[in-house]
Amino acid sequence: MSGRVDAVTSTETHCPYCALQCGMVVDGDRHNARVRPRAFPASGGGLCQKGWTAAAVLTTPGRLTTPWVRARADAGQEPAGWDDALDFAAGRLAAIRAEHGPGAIGVLGGGGLTNEKVYLLGKLARVALRTPHIDYNGRFCMSAAAAATIRAFGADRGLPFPLTDLASADAVLLVGANVAVTMPPFVQHLRRAVDAGGLVVVDPRRSATTQQAGLHLRPRPGTDLALASGLLHIAVAEGYLDETYVRERTSGFDQAWRIAARWWPERVERVTGVAAADQRLAVRLLAQAANAYVLTARGTEQHSNGTAMVSAWINLALALGLPGTPGSGYGTITGQGNGQGGREHGQKADQLPGYRKVDDPAGRRHVAEVWGIPEPELPGKGRSAYEILDAAGRPGGIRALLVFGTNPVVSAPGAGRITERLAALDLLVVADFVGSETAALADVVLPVTQWAEETGTMTNLEGRVLLRQRAVDPPDGVRGDLDVISGLAVRLGQAPGDYPTDAEAAFAELGRASAGGPADYSGISHQRLRAGESLYWPCPAPGHPGTPRMFLDGFLHPDRRARFAAVDHREPAEVPGARFPLWATTGRLLQHYQTGTQTRRIAELDDAEPEVFVEVHPDTAARFGLADDTLATVTSARGSTSARVRFVPSMRLDTVFLPFHFPGAQRANLITNPALDPTSHIPGFKACAVRLDPVREVAR
Amino acid sequence: MSAAGPSRTVEARRVVVVGYGMAGARLAEEIRDRDPDGVRVALTVVGAEPHPAYNRVLLSNVLAGGVDVDAVRLHEPDWGHRSGVDLRIGTAAVRVDRAARVVELADGQALPYDALVLATGSVPRLPPVPGLFGPDGGLSDGVAVFRDLDDCLRILAAARPGAPVAVLGGGLLGLEAARGLVGRGNLVTVVHPLGHPMERQLDPGAGRVLADALGRTGVEFRFGRSARGYTPGVGLELDDGTAVPAELLVVATGVRPEAGLARACGLAVEQGIVVDDALRTTDPRIHALGDCAQHRGTVNGLVQPAWEQATVLAALLTGADPGIRYRGTPVVTRLKARGIDLTSLGEVHVEPDEPGVEVLRVEDPTRGRYAKIVLRDNLVVGAVLLGVPDAAATVTQLFDQGMPAPDDRLALLLGRALVTGPTGSTAPADLPGTTLVCRCNTVRKEQLVTAWNTGARAVGALALATRATTGCGTCLDVVTAIADWLATRKPAPDLAS
Repeated sequence: MSGRVDAVTSTETHCPYCALQCGMVVDGDRHNARVRPRAFPASGGGLCQKGWTAAAVLTTPGRLTTPWVRARADAGQEPAGWDDALDFAAGRLAAIRAEHGPGAIGVLGGGGLTNEKVYLLGKLARVALRTPHIDYNGRFCMSAAAAATIRAFGADRGLPFPLTDLASADAVLLVGANVAVTMPPFVQHLRRAVDAGGLVVVDPRRSATTQQAGLHLRPRPGTDLALASGLLHIAVAEGYLDETYVRERTSGFDQAWRIAARWWPERVERVTGVAAADQRLAVRLLAQAANAYVLTARGTEQHSNGTAMVSAWINLALALGLPGTPGSGYGTITGQGNGQGGREHGQKADQLPGYRKVDDPAGRRHVAEVWGIPEPELPGKGRSAYEILDAAGRPGGIRALLVFGTNPVVSAPGAGRITERLAALDLLVVADFVGSETAALADVVLPVTQWAEETGTMTNLEGRVLLRQRAVDPPDGVRGDLDVISGLAVRLGQAPGDYPTDAEAAFAELGRASAGGPADYSGISHQRLRAGESLYWPCPAPGHPGTPRMFLDGFLHPDRRARFAAVDHREPAEVPGARFPLWATTGRLLQHYQTGTQTRRIAELDDAEPEVFVEVHPDTAARFGLADDTLATVTSARGSTSARVRFVPSMRLDTVFLPFHFPGAQRANLITNPALDPTSHIPGFKACAVRLDPVREVAR
Repeated sequence: MSAAGPSRTVEARRVVVVGYGMAGARLAEEIRDRDPDGVRVALTVVGAEPHPAYNRVLLSNVLAGGVDVDAVRLHEPDWGHRSGVDLRIGTAAVRVDRAARVVELADGQALPYDALVLATGSVPRLPPVPGLFGPDGGLSDGVAVFRDLDDCLRILAAARPGAPVAVLGGGLLGLEAARGLVGRGNLVTVVHPLGHPMERQLDPGAGRVLADALGRTGVEFRFGRSARGYTPGVGLELDDGTAVPAELLVVATGVRPEAGLARACGLAVEQGIVVDDALRTTDPRIHALGDCAQHRGTVNGLVQPAWEQATVLAALLTGADPGIRYRGTPVVTRLKARGIDLTSLGEVHVEPDEPGVEVLRVEDPTRGRYAKIVLRDNLVVGAVLLGVPDAAATVTQLFDQGMPAPDDRLALLLGRALVTGPTGSTAPADLPGTTLVCRCNTVRKEQLVTAWNTGARAVGALALATRATTGCGTCLDVVTAIADWLATRKPAPDLAS
C-alpha cells in the first residue's frame, strides 16, 4: 500500500494535524504525494490513520483556488481576482473602521497556523487595524491550562520537558486525556508506566486510553476539582506530602490545604462517584513511584471553572514534589498542531509576542519599538474568542471579522447562536484552503496554501520549535497567509517591508519581538532548524542550546517559587434537572481533526467515522425510548443535534458522549454551554444538561 | 439608581452566630461569599472553644495518626480579621434576651442582633455507670469522651502504645476511635449493649461481617454487655461479672443536641431546636442549624446536612435568594476506619419478603465483604456495602441522584459493568475477521489476512501493507501472533478470515 514511491522529491516535514507533530516525509509532487513516517523523538516513528492519509488533503476535492466575494449582502458569493478581493476587503475594513472605530474590527486566528502567521496576524490587528480584539481558537482549547500554569509556575510551556522523558516514568496520572485516540504515537512513551500498572486515567468514560490504565477513575462530569482536592487530602493524610519541596520551592500551601482539608475521600466519593479506595490507590501509585508525572488535557480544562480545575491538579503535583524535578513533572497536553506557538506570539487578546502580557509596560515598550510605533498606540487587552463572536453584529460590538484557520460555525459553544451572529456582521473575511462552514457565510473568501505547500515553523506540545518546509507546489490561484496579511496591511497604508511574505524573514522579526519575553525565540532561526538542531524555548541567543527542561533550578516567579492555588469545587454552570436530566460531554475521534474540515474530505477517514453519534448506556437509552443504531435528538437549553445512538455498556447511566467534528445539524456544539471560565474565558464544553428523544428515521 | 443604590446607605443587618464549629464556620464563609464587603450583613461569630474552628471529621484521622493537629484547623488564626467577621472565641454565649434582641456572653459583653443563629452543636450523652464521674462531677481519671479537639488530644496523651483501652459504645464514633487506637498499638476492647455494632446503620448480617473485619485488625468486642462499673487504673466491670482491663476508657455512647440556650429563652425544643424549612425557630428572628437543630423531625449528627443548611441560611440572611429552602439531606454514613470500606444509606433493615421491594444481597464474610441493596420501583432506597468500594461509590450516586438502577443487577452489586469482550478464545485463529487489531489505523484482522495472502509474509511487511503497528505500537503483540498463526496454519486461505 505505502511501498516505495518513485520519488521526484522527498521532503522531511511534520504531520499537518495535532500537537504531536509526528515526523514524516512527503514524497512526490502535489498530484501524487505520499507520506511515510520518519524517526522523530516525540512520535517515535509512528503515524496514526490521519497522518498516513495526510497527503490526500493536498488533492482534496473541495479545494479553493480563487477568491470569492459577496459584493452586496443580498448577493451570492462570486469568484473574483486577488486584487479585487483584497481591495474590497481592505476598503470595507477601512470604511467600517472610519464609521465605527477600530474596536469594531475583530480578528480570529487558529492553533494550526504557523508561528510566522500568528505573529504577523497579531501585528496586522494591532498595528494596521489598531484593534485590541484579536484572539484565537485555542481559547476554546487550552486557555485554562495556560492561565493555571502561568499562575503556578510563571510560564506556560505545555510540557516543560521532552515527551520522551515520560518513558522513564513508573506512574503517570492522565487527567481528561484520551491520547490513544487523539495522538496515538504518544502512547509509546507511556509503556513503562502501563507495564508497571502505574497509568492512572481520569475520565468519566471508558476509552482506548483507560483500557491501558492500571487504574481508571470515573468522576461525574464537572467534578474533577473535588477529585483533585481529595487526592491532595490523601497525600497529606497518608504522609506523602513532600514537605522539603513544599517548604523550599513553593508558596501558598496552607491556603490550598485549608480547602483540601474539607475534601476527605468519603466526601469526594459522594460528589464524584470515585470510590475512596480508588482515590487512595491513585495517590499511592503516584507517590511511591520513583518518577511520576501529572498531565492534564481538555477533559479537565474545558469547564466554566477550568482554570481552577487545572490549578487543583497542579496543587497535587506540587504536594508530591513533581514539577521542576528531574524525571518527574506536571504538563498539559497541547492539542492543536501549533497550539503552543499559537498562544505565544500575539494572537491572544491579552498577549504580545514572546508570551508577554499585553499590560506589561516593559513588554509593550519592547514590542512597540520592534514595530516602530509609539507604545501608547499599541492597543490593550481585547475581547476573548467567544466574546468576539458573541459581539458580532451587535450595536457597539464587532462589525467586521477576519478569520484565519478556524471554523467557529462548528467549533464554538452554542454554535447555533454564533452562526446567527456571524450572519449579522457587515463584513466577514475568511482565509482557508477549503470551503469551511464558516467560509460559506463569508463576504470575502481568500484561498490560501496549506501545510506541505508552504514553509513555516510550528512549536510542538513540548515547546520544541519545528521547521515544516515546503514539499510540493501549491495549486494555481492560491496564496500564502503571509501574502494575504501583507496584502491587507499594505492596502491599509502599512509599508510592505513591515509585513514580510517570506517565512524566514518573518521568523527573524518574530525572534526580535520575542526577545526577553518568557517564550524567547530570538536565538532560533530557520537556518538552525534546517541544520537539524533540536531547539526548545526559551532560546535567547544564537549560540544558546535551547531549554529542553524548564524549572529545574527554579520557577519563573520573582521568588523562584511555584504557587499553590486556593481553589474549591463548584458545580458546573448548568446541572441536570427535570427537563434536561442527563450530562452530555463532548470529545474527539481518532479519524477526525477538530471541526473535520480536512479529515471529513478524506474518504478513508470519512468511511471509518462518517457521522456524529451519541454514546449511551443501554438502560439509559431504554428510558428515553431509543434503540441501538437509530437516530436521536440530543437537546439542551441551547439547541438540538441529531446523532446516531451507540449503545455503550461502560457509559455512566447519567452521561452521554458526542464527538464534535461534524457539521450542520450534526454539530455537537449546538448543545454545548457557552458559560465561560472567569479567568481564562474557556467555555465549558465538557459538561452540559441534555435530554434524548427518538427521531423517526428518514434515510441513512 | 434604585433606592438600594449608593444614593441611600442601608445599614447592614447585625447577624450573630453562636457556635464556631463546622456549621457556624461554614455559615460565616457562605455569608461572606455572598456579601464579601459586609454591605448586607455585619457578622459576629461567638465560639466557646479557645481555638480557631477545626474540622471535626478529621479527628478520627488525628487519632489514627497521619493528620496532625494543625492540619485540622478550618481557618487561619487571623481569619476573622481578614474576612470582616467580628470573631469572639474562648467565650460562651450564656443567655438570649429575645425581647431586647441581645445575646449575653460569659465575659459580660452583650451583642445586639437583628438575626441570631444558633449553631451550638451537640454534647456527649454519658451513661450512668458508677465510677465514671469523680467527686467534682467531672469525668474520672482515665476516662475520655471523643467529641472535640481537646478530647482527642487527651486520648492521644493517655493511650500509650501497648496499653489496654476500653471503648464504651460500638457506634460510628466508637468504632473509628477503636480502629485508630488499634492502629497506634493499643489493645482495644469495644463494649456494646446490642448484638452487633452500628445497629442503626447495619442489619445483623453486615454487623457480623464488620465485627469480623475489625476483629482481624485487632479490635475485640463484647456484644450484648453493658458496663456495671468503672475503676480508674483498673478498667470496666461488665454486667456478666467479667472485667475489661483499661488504662483508658473512651466513652462513645452517642450525643444529644446542645439546646440549653434555646430552651432557656423559650424556643420550642424537642430532640433538638425545632426549625422549619427556612431554618427558623419558633422565634422568626432566631435560626438554628447543624447538630443542635431538628428539621422535619430529624436531628442530624453529620456534617453534610449542616453544610447544606449553611448554604441555604446564608442565601436567606444575605437576601441573595429569599426563596431558597432546606428540604433535608439524604443521609449516607461512611465509617472512617483504615482498611475498612463501609457505606450505609437509606432503608437497610428491609427484608426480601417485604412486599414491593427488591433486595439484592451478596455475602463473602471470609474476605470481609457484604453487599445489600434495597430497591423500590427500580430506585435504590437503601444499601449496606462493606468491602465493595466500587459498588458503594456507584450506588451512592444512584441514591443521591434518584437515577433508576441498571438492569444488570450483578453489575450493580459489583459497582461496574462487566465489560464483555469477545467471549471464549482470543487465539488468532478464533478472532472474528472484523476484530479491530490496530485502532490507530483502523486495521481489522481480515485486512491482515488479505495482506498476508497477497504476499506480506512477515510482521514488517504486514505493517507496510496495512499500517498496523505504526501508530502507538500497542498491537504489535497481536499482529505478531496473527503472523505466526498465518505462517503455521493449514493452507486453506478462504477459511482464514
